[in-house]
Amino acid sequence: MSVINASIVRKIAKLACIAVTEEEVTAMVPELNAILGWGEQLAAINTDGVEPLTSVIAQSQRLREDEVTVPDIRDALLANAPEAEHGFFTVPKVIE
Amino acid sequence: MTRLTDLGVTDLRDGIAKGDFSAREVAENFINATNEAEKLNAFITLTPDHALKQAEEADKARASGQLKALSGVPLGIKDLFCTNGYRTTAASKIIGNFVPPYESTITEKLFAAGAGMIGKLNLDQFAMGSSNETSAFGNVISPWRQKNDDAALTPGGSSGGSAAAVAAKIIPAATGTDTGGSIRQPASFTGITGLKPTYGRCSRFGVIAFASSLDQAGPMARSVKDCAALLEVMAGFDPKDSTSADVMVPNWEKLLSSDIRGKKIGIPKEYRVDGMAPEIESLWQRGIQMMKEAGAEIVDVTLPHTRHALAAYYIIAPAEASSNLARYDGVRYGERQTPEGSNLADMYSATRAAGFGDEVKRRIMIGTYVLSAGFYDAYYIKAQKIRALIARDFEAAFDKCDLLLTPATPTAAFALGQKQDDPIAMYLNDVFTVPASLAGLPAMTVPVGLNDQGLPLGLQLIGKPLDEQSVLNAGLALEERAGFTSQPEKWW
Amino acid sequence: MLALLWKSVPDLPASRKNGGKMEKYILEGATGSWEIVVGLEVHAQVISKSKLFSGAATAFGAEPNSQVSLIDAAMPGMLPVVNRECIRQAVRTGIAIGAVINRVSKFDRKNYFYADLPQGYQISQLYHPIVGEGSLLIDVDGEEREIGIERIHVEQDAGKLMHDQHPTKSYIDLNRAGIALMEIVSKPDIRSPAEAGAYLRKLRAILRYVGSCDGNMEEGSMRADVNVSVRKAGEPFGTRCEIKNVNSVRFVQAAIEYEARRQIEVIEDGGKIIQETRLFDHDKGETRSLRSKEDAHDYRYFPDPDLLPLELPESFIDECRESLPELPDAKRQRYITHLNLTPYTASVITADHETAAWFEAMLEYFKEPDAKIATAAANWLTSELFGALKKLGRDITDSPVSPKQGAELIALVADGTLSGSLAKQVFEIMLETGQNPADIAEERGLKQTSDTGAIEEVINKILADNQDKVEQYRSGKDKLFGFFVGQTMRAMAGKANPAVVNELLKKLLAA
Ligand SMILES: [Mg+2]
Ligand SMILES: [Zn+2]
Repeated sequence: MSVINASIVRKIAKLACIAVTEEEVTAMVPELNAILGWGEQLAAINTDGVEPLTSVIAQSQRLREDEVTVPDIRDALLANAPEAEHGFFTVPKVIE
Repeated sequence: MTRLTDLGVTDLRDGIAKGDFSAREVAENFINATNEAEKLNAFITLTPDHALKQAEEADKARASGQLKALSGVPLGIKDLFCTNGYRTTAASKIIGNFVPPYESTITEKLFAAGAGMIGKLNLDQFAMGSSNETSAFGNVISPWRQKNDDAALTPGGSSGGSAAAVAAKIIPAATGTDTGGSIRQPASFTGITGLKPTYGRCSRFGVIAFASSLDQAGPMARSVKDCAALLEVMAGFDPKDSTSADVMVPNWEKLLSSDIRGKKIGIPKEYRVDGMAPEIESLWQRGIQMMKEAGAEIVDVTLPHTRHALAAYYIIAPAEASSNLARYDGVRYGERQTPEGSNLADMYSATRAAGFGDEVKRRIMIGTYVLSAGFYDAYYIKAQKIRALIARDFEAAFDKCDLLLTPATPTAAFALGQKQDDPIAMYLNDVFTVPASLAGLPAMTVPVGLNDQGLPLGLQLIGKPLDEQSVLNAGLALEERAGFTSQPEKWW
Repeated sequence: MLALLWKSVPDLPASRKNGGKMEKYILEGATGSWEIVVGLEVHAQVISKSKLFSGAATAFGAEPNSQVSLIDAAMPGMLPVVNRECIRQAVRTGIAIGAVINRVSKFDRKNYFYADLPQGYQISQLYHPIVGEGSLLIDVDGEEREIGIERIHVEQDAGKLMHDQHPTKSYIDLNRAGIALMEIVSKPDIRSPAEAGAYLRKLRAILRYVGSCDGNMEEGSMRADVNVSVRKAGEPFGTRCEIKNVNSVRFVQAAIEYEARRQIEVIEDGGKIIQETRLFDHDKGETRSLRSKEDAHDYRYFPDPDLLPLELPESFIDECRESLPELPDAKRQRYITHLNLTPYTASVITADHETAAWFEAMLEYFKEPDAKIATAAANWLTSELFGALKKLGRDITDSPVSPKQGAELIALVADGTLSGSLAKQVFEIMLETGQNPADIAEERGLKQTSDTGAIEEVINKILADNQDKVEQYRSGKDKLFGFFVGQTMRAMAGKANPAVVNELLKKLLAA
């Protein structure tokens, strides 16, 4: 499998939306390599015919009834917003 | 007379019911104890008003003969449970001032049963860590110290604040959450009892998510009986959580019995790992002896895929975390960073860079990588397949036995700072706890003794799915025989 | 306005338009002929009271952020629970297109950051969708074609970003965030803009018959992502570009045409098509690269650990099947074979469920509607009523005349009370006043008379007044017969039964 280098770290950081300094990138390279190297050992284990386990619950998805149960809670939602105006959350202008 | 703060959950409950003391006295005593214990840094937010208000209700309820299951019992709540009107931080800067307008199902149940909240307990940031050193609100210091050594020790993590506060007797009990060992490892490090129930027993609604398929809340207390009493209130089907188990909640406390004659206790040989301290091996042997004395039958079992559990866990948990933590973007709540002239993407990146601690970032990075194009099958799917094999191992073992007895941690508590710079060394702390997490099994640690340096050590009992009763019963048998009564000497 | 585009252009069987043979859609380039290959991904908003994973309301046009739950806003610790109705509607839609219903499906997370996506991921179904392969029959220029449908999956909608409210900020409204969508993915079977249009109209008709989506493009409840590629005949598929979120049939067709020509030009100039996401600018009528927003997208799909596999019991699927109404293809066939309607008329009436329902409500008025009545009703509906509605700028759903009133009118013609021309007059008055046709005919004396005595009296007077013409007729000028009919009808203000008039005139002129 792959070996993590600085450019991969920068790429992952961009995907994860986390700004990283060059120092952080340098520090993360060996850390991520060590952790992922561990994961790479799994490749050697025979898992032929094994279904991946995504849930340990022996149930299937429950379905809820189609009812409106939530009132207008805009004020409570906006109370925690870093920035809000005229009933909207706001962010720096997005140019599409 | 014993101090009120020496009493645990069930003693307090019963004492209030009998009228030995008032709920108000109880609350005040614990509030004072927490106020005196600032040095432990066990709390992020103190909420004495909540504890006092609930105490008042409890005293009124007693007067009118309407006591509830936990009337007058004040608790510490891990700061991962959202509490309506009370700041909830996950020990992070990114939601360092977040006040939820809603209540987690578990705190709702606890409060409805009459329990009060003394405060929100410190933890590893977003429950990611095994030493409580990743909190944005500072390390929690264990009340325990090695003999003749003042060095600050870790209480373990991520429920380190819960463990330290219960061990220091500044609260009778606490809620914890356990993703890969976050209840059991700190309980073991601090000489208390902690139970991670079967996945799905306790609702995850309103508990800030780390890794959804693994996260499970549970009680941390001073005795097995207290754990049983608390779990009875915390557990139960919740329609608001799709992964909540739709099963009855037994009367664990009432059915509690240390009579485990004829029970088969499995000893998995794979738990004898390289680098395990000799004191852990001898503790395990003592535990096996106690089980025999209690009339249980010891059987050797094998869990061949156990040694891959940690590697699988450190792929699965970060993968889920990387997605679960995407919501912290500074748009709808939390701390926003908007550097001069920044666009939306810059705002996200700056907000998340400033708001998340190093360990959280590390795990988000790992998780992002293992899910990314070209690596998903090799890492994530592979890890989920290993997870299936681990679960199968347990199933096969439970054909031969009722319970498993294992060490809880590979070492006793270590000094703060000792493993901080070596993530892998830190992750190895969870080597004994992670397998049961991956399989979703109920597991509990019970303090069994002290090591030569005078630090507590615990053993872990792992049960079949939904068989918390057997875990609790064997835990009680262990507790009775171990007779663990040691307490940290008060230095704070 | 956009909503009307869907309706006003029924699929005209081409036999009526150009006498048959559909021509292959080919674009001529400098190096030869090109074929286009199109696949459509339609996002259809599921009709439900509450959202896919939360109990917040879905009504259109509410105050911003007033229909947002803690779950929709992705508050810490919030968890999704699946809405039964949304699953039911997806299954019903799947059955309606003859698709495989997957007994087990799963929800996956599609991870990306955007301000309209609170969780930082969209809950969707990539690996195990709820509905598998099915198909749609379309009719273009009289030729039927089957367009394959790859899958239907259920997913959450995103919120809405507004950029025009503030000079330096974008506003976020999360009312739409979390509303259930069905993503209906066609196979790359479409070969012309006309086929794309027919596919969309047919899909819309089916969704509306089923009642799983209102198909209202204006309100955004139906949007199409259009995948376009070009190739020389017989060659393998070329590289495709995806044009996102096109919101009318006309725009879809225009976008395909523009994009195909653009690709041909690029290739013929020696360039290569890069797989990318594009946007259709309907003001300029062109597609544009959206690369800026797309760069380095890696959605990191994985199974949502907050949700469990969705297992559908047979009883659930049976209930969905039984709840389905008669669908347009079956209805059209029944109209042709049982009611003797022409294929064209049957197509027009079944093109949307409201017209069909109106038609059937009309037939209900008759105890035993025979083919003659059905044909009369169908013809009146598609010519008279449609014409009147068009003039009024109204929809069949707000027609000023009710199906019962329409049926009464047909009945009055059938029993001879009204002549064709009287019926037209009565209908005009019905449109204005909303009165019942029988009342109008009665009050205004618009009834046709078959009273031979009265008619004979009138005819005798006309013959007496026009002796010269009677002579000419009798000496062989047959054409004058029309003159006498016209005079008689005029004298009786159009109310005489024409058959009776003819018969009496013949008799009296012969005398
Ligand atoms: Mg698409
Ligand atoms: Zn989609």
